[in-house]
Amino acid sequence: MKFAVKAWSNGGRARTGVLQLSNCPLPIETPSLLLTTRKGLPVFIAPDLLLSLPSPDSHLLHVSPMHFFEGASRKTISNIGGLHELVGLQNYGFSASPRDSMVCLPVAETTNKFGAAFETPCGRLSIKPSEYVEMVSSLKPNVWASLADEVPAYASESRNKTTVDRTIRWLDECISLDQARGTSVLGAIVGGSNVDERIRCAQEVAKRNVSGFWIGGFGLGDSMDEQGPALLNAVVDNLPKEKPRQICGLGLPEEILQGVASGIDLFDSTYIYQLTLGGFALTFPLERSERQFSDSYMIDSSGSDYTKINLRATIYRKDASPIVDGCDCYTCKNHTRAYINHLINVHEMLAQILLEIHNTHYYLRFFQKIRDAIREGEFDLFCQEFIHGRRDHIAMAAMC
Amino acid sequence: TMALKFEVLGRCNRARASKLTLPHFECQTPLFMPVGTQGTIKGLTTSQLEDIGCHIILGNTYHLELRPGSELIDELGGLHNFMNWPRALLTDSGGFQMVSLLHLADITEKGVTFQNRIGADIIMALDDVVKTTVTGPRVEEAMYRTIRWIDRCIAAHRRPDEQNLFGIVQGGLDPDLRDICVKELVKRNLPGYAIGGLSGGEEKDSFWRVVAQCTAALPDDKPRYVMGVGYPLDIVVCSALGADMFDCVYPTRTARFGTALVPEGLLKLKHKVMASDMRPIDPECTCMVCKKYTRAYIHSLVTKDAMGSQLVSYHNLSYMMRFPKGDIPEWVCDAMEVACIDISTCCFPSKD
Ligand SMILES: [Zn+2]
Ligand SMILES: [Zn+2]
Repeated sequence: MKFAVKAWSNGGRARTGVLQLSNCPLPIETPSLLLTTRKGLPVFIAPDLLLSLPSPDSHLLHVSPMHFFEGASRKTISNIGGLHELVGLQNYGFSASPRDSMVCLPVAETTNKFGAAFETPCGRLSIKPSEYVEMVSSLKPNVWASLADEVPAYASESRNKTTVDRTIRWLDECISLDQARGTSVLGAIVGGSNVDERIRCAQEVAKRNVSGFWIGGFGLGDSMDEQGPALLNAVVDNLPKEKPRQICGLGLPEEILQGVASGIDLFDSTYIYQLTLGGFALTFPLERSERQFSDSYMIDSSGSDYTKINLRATIYRKDASPIVDGCDCYTCKNHTRAYINHLINVHEMLAQILLEIHNTHYYLRFFQKIRDAIREGEFDLFCQEFIHGRRDHIAMAAMC
Repeated sequence: TMALKFEVLGRCNRARASKLTLPHFECQTPLFMPVGTQGTIKGLTTSQLEDIGCHIILGNTYHLELRPGSELIDELGGLHNFMNWPRALLTDSGGFQMVSLLHLADITEKGVTFQNRIGADIIMALDDVVKTTVTGPRVEEAMYRTIRWIDRCIAAHRRPDEQNLFGIVQGGLDPDLRDICVKELVKRNLPGYAIGGLSGGEEKDSFWRVVAQCTAALPDDKPRYVMGVGYPLDIVVCSALGADMFDCVYPTRTARFGTALVPEGLLKLKHKVMASDMRPIDPECTCMVCKKYTRAYIHSLVTKDAMGSQLVSYHNLSYMMRFPKGDIPEWVCDAMEVACIDISTCCFPSKD
């Protein structure tokens, strides 16, 4: 993996970069969204439909090695040739980390000095660094995060300290067990909501021979509004600028903007998955010129807001328009809101397939706009307009 | 008037290969129609269905009437538009499920009206279906009722220039009743005919004899549809006997439980031996799934992840669009003999 920073926002931490992976024909620009997968494939988008998404933006996927502790054995996966061969996505890049934020979540109270515990569909699994590295070496993802002891935001001071000690010790174990000696390892940074522990962790990890950083411990009972930005800034300020930074647990558009503003390059997020399951479709204006005139989105009881609509709502029953006029995703080019509303009503899986396609496509374009704004030196303005658009919209809805 | 053209392109004794030109698509028969009950084939997009060579999709009138309703479908330009399927569609009559929505008295007319609004290329007349395991006067009654209803369906049909109303031959396993029914329906000069009431509960030996009798008595220049028949072997036999169209929920339903259709029969991907099987589902298959995936990987997905059922459905329907080969039981050989087809060079009778 090669990474290079290309541009910085005016006076800020936000940056664009390029990620070059040996098996991907085209470099992937950052900040970038990692597609959520279940056992290496998107949850609903089959590999032939994956081709309809923007390329190469859609070529970076997240994978959880924890998904492979059932089904085919490590030996079989190795024999098949690793993850890329297993899932038939030879030209795609995979970044692996244990937590998937969907069905595989850390269980801080069961994690101990021997290994990290996770709640998974096959029950509670405890995994030692050695077992984790063995699975990773069978899967051969492009990059992988070291095993972390992730704790929720409300963890005690002493638990936060243990978390950092343990995660650094596991990082050393992971690197020493790794045949490639850390050349594709993202060092995990934890420390809960304690700024000092976060800084200590970042500084210790930065001393190691890692190729990038994975920031954990977000999206576990914390609120990004409160101390998230300060924590993130403190972490990033202690990391070398030339290596990529991936974060887990930030997903909402505002959270992405905050993450980018703090200097995050890669987002491993299940936001699209959660939207899709809820029947939501992203609709916020992507073009700056559209942002002032966004009064067509109604707040209603179905949970629609400035950024999204809920296609479950009865108002879409006869709506023959695409989710977003002018969206060039497969779903919007081929299907109407009325049809998706019907599919949701009758519990047909095609609803989730079409929604995951649109939402992924749309979010990848949002990331494209973020990169453009950074390059043009207008990232601050981009964020302000986005936040204001949302505020104006809430104000307008309140008046109606 | 008729909204279809049927042209036989080639024959092998009773079997024929034809071009069936419907308002929305020029189909090649014999063909298999996947069942899309609620305006979608479970887990597949319409572009994937085109990719695997699907020509006609079946819709279920009763389900579509419940949700979203035929009036709404009509308002949005018909089912083709609603689900964005450019090729042909067929809707069933809704049958006796419709009783829950309608008065028995006008079920025939309403059923046709619903189908007129949905707008499929082929619509089915209402028939009175009795299980083939039932015997006695009920079978006769159902057959005569089916004949009485066909006239009401014809009279209620408002779009004969755009939609083809198919009549359904009933009569259980009784050759005399089937004979009366075929003759009555043929008199009506319908665009196509279906052989109904073969639910799979009957002996294979009775099954193929009914099909053979009906196909022989139906006009040569009209399509023949054997309803609800979909096991690969049954399709081969019925095709040999001169049937052209088939439908079945089996390939997609069984896929959701992790079973794949292969030339040897069924492949239970859930089975733990699959966990280390490095072969594709069917090494001979050229579908996207077989080109990309091992049985071992699909084993880890089936019955657990949405993608498992998507990928196995994709393979199973691709498989149904082609023709199976493999071991053949005795009853098939008997049926083939009647059809004057020598299968000894391509198939071997199975031991059991
Ligand atoms: Zn779209
Ligand atoms: Zn296949």
